[in-house]
Amino acid sequence: MCRTEVKSHQAARHSADNSPQAARHFKAVIRILDEFHRDRSKLVPILQAVQEEYRYLPEEVMAFIASSLRISPARVFGVATFYGHFALEPKGKYVIRVCDGTACHVKGSGAIADELRRHLGLNGKQKTTADMLFTLETVSCLGACGLAPVVVINDDVHGQMDVDGAVAMAKQIANKESM
Amino acid sequence: MSPAVKEVNLEAVAASYREAAGKVKRRVVVCAGTGCMAGGSLKLVEVLKKAVAEAGLDLTVALEPEAGVKDLHLSKSGCQGFCQMGPLLSIEPDGILYCKVHAEDAEEVVRATLVEGRVVDRLLYVNPTNGTRCRGIGDIPFYTRQQRTVLKACGTVDPEDVREYIALGGYAAARKAILEMSPEAVCKEMLDSGLRGRGGGGFPTGRKWDITRKQPDGKKFVICNGDEGDPGAFMDRSVMEGNPHAVIEGMLIAARAIGADEGYVYVRAEYPLAVQRVRKAVKDAEAMGLLGDGLFGSAFSFRLNVMEGAGAFVCGEETALISSIEGRRGMPNPKPPFPAQSGLWGRPTVINNVETLATVPSIIHLGAAAFREVGTEKSPGTKTFALTGHVANTGLIEVPFGTPLRHIVFDVGGGVTGKDGRPTGECFKAVQIGGPSGGCLTQDHLDLPLDFENLQGIGAMVGSGGLVVMNQDTCMVQVAKFFMHFTQNESCGKCVPCREGTKQMLALLDDITEGRATPETLTLLEDLARNVKIGSLCGLGKTAPNPVLSTLKYFREEYEAHVLRKVCPSRQCKALLTPEIDPSICKGCTLCARKCPVGAIEGTRKQPHRILADKCIRCGACAAACKFEAIKGI
Repeated sequence: MCRTEVKSHQAARHSADNSPQAARHFKAVIRILDEFHRDRSKLVPILQAVQEEYRYLPEEVMAFIASSLRISPARVFGVATFYGHFALEPKGKYVIRVCDGTACHVKGSGAIADELRRHLGLNGKQKTTADMLFTLETVSCLGACGLAPVVVINDDVHGQMDVDGAVAMAKQIANKESM
Repeated sequence: MSPAVKEVNLEAVAASYREAAGKVKRRVVVCAGTGCMAGGSLKLVEVLKKAVAEAGLDLTVALEPEAGVKDLHLSKSGCQGFCQMGPLLSIEPDGILYCKVHAEDAEEVVRATLVEGRVVDRLLYVNPTNGTRCRGIGDIPFYTRQQRTVLKACGTVDPEDVREYIALGGYAAARKAILEMSPEAVCKEMLDSGLRGRGGGGFPTGRKWDITRKQPDGKKFVICNGDEGDPGAFMDRSVMEGNPHAVIEGMLIAARAIGADEGYVYVRAEYPLAVQRVRKAVKDAEAMGLLGDGLFGSAFSFRLNVMEGAGAFVCGEETALISSIEGRRGMPNPKPPFPAQSGLWGRPTVINNVETLATVPSIIHLGAAAFREVGTEKSPGTKTFALTGHVANTGLIEVPFGTPLRHIVFDVGGGVTGKDGRPTGECFKAVQIGGPSGGCLTQDHLDLPLDFENLQGIGAMVGSGGLVVMNQDTCMVQVAKFFMHFTQNESCGKCVPCREGTKQMLALLDDITEGRATPETLTLLEDLARNVKIGSLCGLGKTAPNPVLSTLKYFREEYEAHVLRKVCPSRQCKALLTPEIDPSICKGCTLCARKCPVGAIEGTRKQPHRILADKCIRCGACAAACKFEAIKGI
């Protein structure tokens, strides 16, 4: 709570600050807020548009949204942390989503996720690799159950996947990026 | 009253579309549902276009009446249901369905079928039971044993062409409801039809509308609940992707019935294609004068907003969904008041599921009596099910209510598959129906007619209609744990029984699968399950214990094996396995010892090795590495 307030003040200062850097940082969010007529009931679509732009929800941007909509930063935070779609930390360049819906689960998606974690060297609750190349997530169902198990990399859906195939795709991307 | 922006003449639109369609000799439809697109159907379309041009055929991708005669109309459809065999390509009027068609097959399809009129045998579906090749959907058991009404247009119409929907009689039901029927008459027709909500609960749609209609005049809303979150269910996605105009028309009729002038379609964020298609459909309908002010020259107005969800399962619950539209955390509220009395912004609101709304136009069009001709007395009509898991034909199916499970699994589904993915006769274990809110059906229920009452009677529910078939290698405790893990994760945290109860239930299930359970664990689990069911605020918590209660009811001996004998009969719970090396098979090649991540295997070269039980973490790496299958018990 306190931290949020402090950040809110910082954001207010930041936005009052006329430095070109600050202007650039908040330019996109100002455009998005205008598009939604600063309507506070549109908070969810606003955050979605902001995340599309920044790839995650930076704390100072959320505080900026709060003051622009004249609602408390706690409310923006509350909404942002409630929905699984919102990310409060930057994601990697490639977001690998392993579907763990019922159909994928009974066809072995757990092993795919485990092996990818091992291959990418992710520990504990870590989701993104240190080089910011990959983020690994599991999702509850992508609705492509006929293709189970499914792995989605950014927007590309890969169906009837197995452990070796998933690791091979990750290797291929890593190779392409290192060239 | 606002002046009519534009009065649409449905007959003229339909006639001009049909005229254009009549000038086309052949129609090629490529499935562009999520499944087939993942298989590369969009690339296939591009390659087809090129191949058609090279073959010198005259191609159109958009039917225009003023254009001349064309050899070919290439269009994309929504999900055709047979996702496993995708990408699918059908050719009319030849009645051909090609399966697993990839870009490299395009040239042959064009040359053989479109130019020479021959069938490409290798792309036809092969019936696994008798090895015969099936020319089209008329020969494929997966299709012939279904009764597709809601899904019929998904997979044939171009979801991005409103004119085709109109040519098939679309929006005529909405016009009838608006111009020829009073709100009371619309509600009565729905009540008479006996249509029940397809989202899970099965509440009569007509009654819901009638209650909302009777609320004091003023602003009212219609909401389409497209937040299909149940893992293993994707019928709403298919309908929104494949036939979005049917949903919009259903909403128009609902709006007429209750006197609403504004609506929301709330689409799950994980369905980007559905979001895109619904948005386009709304835009096209507005341009046609099918949404907006003064519809069909009447005083009736209706506007539609599309909102994308943000990844919270609980938002499928109606009061939580309303909170989400209002820009708040998607937490449920106690009922009453029901949304029909006080919903969005405190106004009377009707919330219906996608499939329910897509069913509405045909009821208004053909009448309640025609709708009642299929299905059962208390559950009329058809129901879509997402058939997945260990079954030969996975995909989206539609059958009348009252169809026995055996017909779905063995006739439509083609039977249960074993470890190698092939159908085998003897390995059916259970079907999980209704996702995390539902329960299990066993061998004993194979002949039970599936409808709302029968399923409720045995502790399951229709839910959203996910049917996950499971073979003998599935551990039912793990299945219960999987769903508990899901609901525990998705519990919004507002009420204590759900927030804490699901967490504790999951911990108890962990104890069972990891060998720490005592006989009291089972009693505690059952008590807790009942309390969570009674004490939770919304449907999520009230139904969360169902998978546990239902597996406990029908597979108790499996739980007891885990608890009392510390054995997992289907060998899925790794903590309960004790791997051993069979000394008569082991060649002493040392491969397992080298693969073991914890050094739990000892032995000398060319001598049988041994696993040290206290060091072993039961990861199975040794069994996977052994070339002689000498490692047993994992």
